Amino acid sequence: MSGVVMFFMQIINGLNIGSIYALIALGYTMVYGIAKLINFAHGDIIMVGAYLSLVLLNTGMHWSLATILSILGCALLGFTMEKVAYKPLRKASRISLLITAIGMSYLLQNSFQIIFSANPKPYPAFIHLPALKIGSITISSNYYTTFIVSVFLMIVLNLYIKKTKMGKAMRSVAEDEGAARLMGINVDQTISLTFIIGTGLAAVAGILYSNCYTIISPTMGSLPGIKAFIAAVLGGIGSIPGAVLGGFILGMVETLVKAYISSQLADTIVFLILIVMLVFKPAGILGKNVKEKV
Amino acid sequence: MKKVTFKQQLLMELGVTLALYLFFQSLMSLGIINSYWRGIVITICINVVLTVSLNITSGFLGELALGHAGFMAAGAYISAVFSKSIALIPSVEFPLALLIGGLFAMFLGYLVSIPTLRLRGDYLAIITLAFGEIVRNVLLNIKLTGGAGGYSSIPKYTTFTWTFFIAAACVLLSKSLINSRQGRAIISIREDEIAAEASGINTNYYKKLAFIFSSFFAGVAGALYAHYMGFLQPAYFNLDKSIEILVMCVLGGMGNIMGSIISASILTILPEALRQIADYRMLVYAIVLIVMMLVKYAPQFEGLLNIFKPKKEEEA
Amino acid sequence: MDTSKVVLEVNDLGINFGGLRAVDSLDMVIHENELYGLIGPNGAGKTTVFNMLTGVYPPTDGTIKLEGQVINGKTPHEIAKLGIARTFQNIRLFKNMTVKENVLLSLGAHADYNFFTGIFKLPKFHAQELAMEDEAMRLLDVFELRDDSEKLAKNLPYGKQRELEIVRALGVHPKLLLLDEPAAGMNPQETENLMRTIDVVRKQFGISILLIEHDMKLVMGICEKITVLNYGAMLACGTPEEIQNNPHVISAYLGE
Repeated sequence: MSGVVMFFMQIINGLNIGSIYALIALGYTMVYGIAKLINFAHGDIIMVGAYLSLVLLNTGMHWSLATILSILGCALLGFTMEKVAYKPLRKASRISLLITAIGMSYLLQNSFQIIFSANPKPYPAFIHLPALKIGSITISSNYYTTFIVSVFLMIVLNLYIKKTKMGKAMRSVAEDEGAARLMGINVDQTISLTFIIGTGLAAVAGILYSNCYTIISPTMGSLPGIKAFIAAVLGGIGSIPGAVLGGFILGMVETLVKAYISSQLADTIVFLILIVMLVFKPAGILGKNVKEKV
Repeated sequence: MKKVTFKQQLLMELGVTLALYLFFQSLMSLGIINSYWRGIVITICINVVLTVSLNITSGFLGELALGHAGFMAAGAYISAVFSKSIALIPSVEFPLALLIGGLFAMFLGYLVSIPTLRLRGDYLAIITLAFGEIVRNVLLNIKLTGGAGGYSSIPKYTTFTWTFFIAAACVLLSKSLINSRQGRAIISIREDEIAAEASGINTNYYKKLAFIFSSFFAGVAGALYAHYMGFLQPAYFNLDKSIEILVMCVLGGMGNIMGSIISASILTILPEALRQIADYRMLVYAIVLIVMMLVKYAPQFEGLLNIFKPKKEEEA
Repeated sequence: MDTSKVVLEVNDLGINFGGLRAVDSLDMVIHENELYGLIGPNGAGKTTVFNMLTGVYPPTDGTIKLEGQVINGKTPHEIAKLGIARTFQNIRLFKNMTVKENVLLSLGAHADYNFFTGIFKLPKFHAQELAMEDEAMRLLDVFELRDDSEKLAKNLPYGKQRELEIVRALGVHPKLLLLDEPAAGMNPQETENLMRTIDVVRKQFGISILLIEHDMKLVMGICEKITVLNYGAMLACGTPEEIQNNPHVISAYLGE
């Protein structure tokens, strides 16, 4: 394989993993924007989505129905999580909320470990479309499906937030919760909806991810989760286009580092990017700076 | 009159420490505590050092630190490399190894503290998490210490006596720190950084101080661990380990040193005593985190906690 | 009348927030032991002036001199140590520390025992801690807070919290004390008591006080000199009588 072809293959790999990061990052950024909470358990929703769809597919259910039910299941989980664990702490300190979110993440991982055992399970991939051939480059259907579905969802989400009434409510709650409440916006409902959408997207990410890698495990969500968070920070947390941009940049950087520098140090480099970014431009590429009022 | 109370307090603390030591030591020489339980007591002491030191940054300074295992790993590896490459008499080599482990972790703690000057809360938590992961990743790639395969035949210098007195030193020094002007400055940053600055507190300096103090003891704990196990693996120092220390800290109460000691002891003994629940350990930890936070900080549960709390007269 | 020592001198002070000119060319001179009032309607930029004086916001232009030394560009804790202490409009106490610890905290910035002396409890630590404790108690006596010294700050009633904030500021050993609406939320009786105490504090500690207040009448009663701000600009400056009769002030206050 020539160097150029190899490079293009890496770019496609990067776009693939990048679109998954972007989908997860969307959930992070929406929840952070509205609830001011790093939902550590967000990454684990990917895993829940993957396992739900595995169980449903194994019953012989058609993939479309299995996918829809998994998304609904995750959305319900996100809704419950917010109501039970996060809402009571909305007025408490940020640190206590963060600790609860870590607890949630571990709760999901470990309960799935007990139910399904810690061993990885094969996932019956269901995306079987003809591969795409451009010159000497072959792109498998998983890859372009992941990319197309992700980009489609991002566009829909962006339109939803910009154009619809609920979307506008979300933006105003993110801006100023108190003011939004005074304007007659149902803040609780808006926050719930944000969790539902965010976790739903994570479920989609989980199913796409499983189709690409065909092996799933109870801890599969934690690293992509952390990386998606980094993507959200990179793009500017709270910003929808920022999350997408950050997701693609991160996917690309990670893939190229793995291919050309060192596969073992890829994570280290990703984490270093995060630290440098946070120290020098904590607002991210597309985010706004906020200063504490005295 | 008051001067005497200061001194009395000091004498009492040292007296209790010595009495505890003699108590455990005699139980051990009488064989009532067998070598298996001696190992558990040593592990408890190491966990006390880790928990109390994490409490300085997370409980008193109020910054959630998720990379404590990283400091521990740094101290463990550097001290192990030292004592494997140097041949002195153990009674000189071991304290030196402990000191080097602590100092190296302290240096890393200083580096990690630099972002604290600009960031707080969630972002800082993520930075400490990233730091812990970086340490583990780097260790995986270092050939000298065996990478993922592990680093073996480290001299087993760690004894009960060493561990006990280091844990005692960590506890007593942390307590003194908290009751000194430096400690009050650290707490005031947690309470209100802007007001602290306005009261003449150089908040940047005290944030660094808290991180340095905390990481030093995490490094020493790592060194103790290395010379107790005789074998190190990067995988041991993963995020789970940092979370485990955090759980001990949270269960004992953020900003409560005595609580840290008790919960570190309980959470070390429990999985050992109840082997059948060992598989559920992390699940139990997760529930502990969520329930502790809800019970402590959610207004809905406030009444629940008051049942356990003795009524204070100041609330009347 | 202007023969006494100048404590604070502010020249042509201004600050921009983005494109907004929040405070513009402010001049102010505060003398030793003077009680000075800074008044103006909501949003006039009073608190912004405090934030510039204490280093929270660096001014865009102008100079601030404390006893002749230029202090702009210094950090808040440096300015505090040089002798400007403050309270906050929306009380910022260390809520989970005791009343005494709140005061010990600011006193501690002047103690000089180091970290190792502290953690090893060396004799110097004992000596300085005892001295600080004595002083803290004496300061708490000014506002009759001694009996509450072991309570958590958050458990104090609202009025006492405001007073504790003043005590904490006194612990900084200020030359100039800035009080940001100290009587906010108090009833008339409490307000009157507080104002009397503020006057006592000024005389007893020999410090100058700059007071932000909403209530014109109150300021007129106790301040020796007053500056009126409106939309970030200085509207008037003078003695209470001069301010009362100033046509600009009258129209700004009555015009609304």
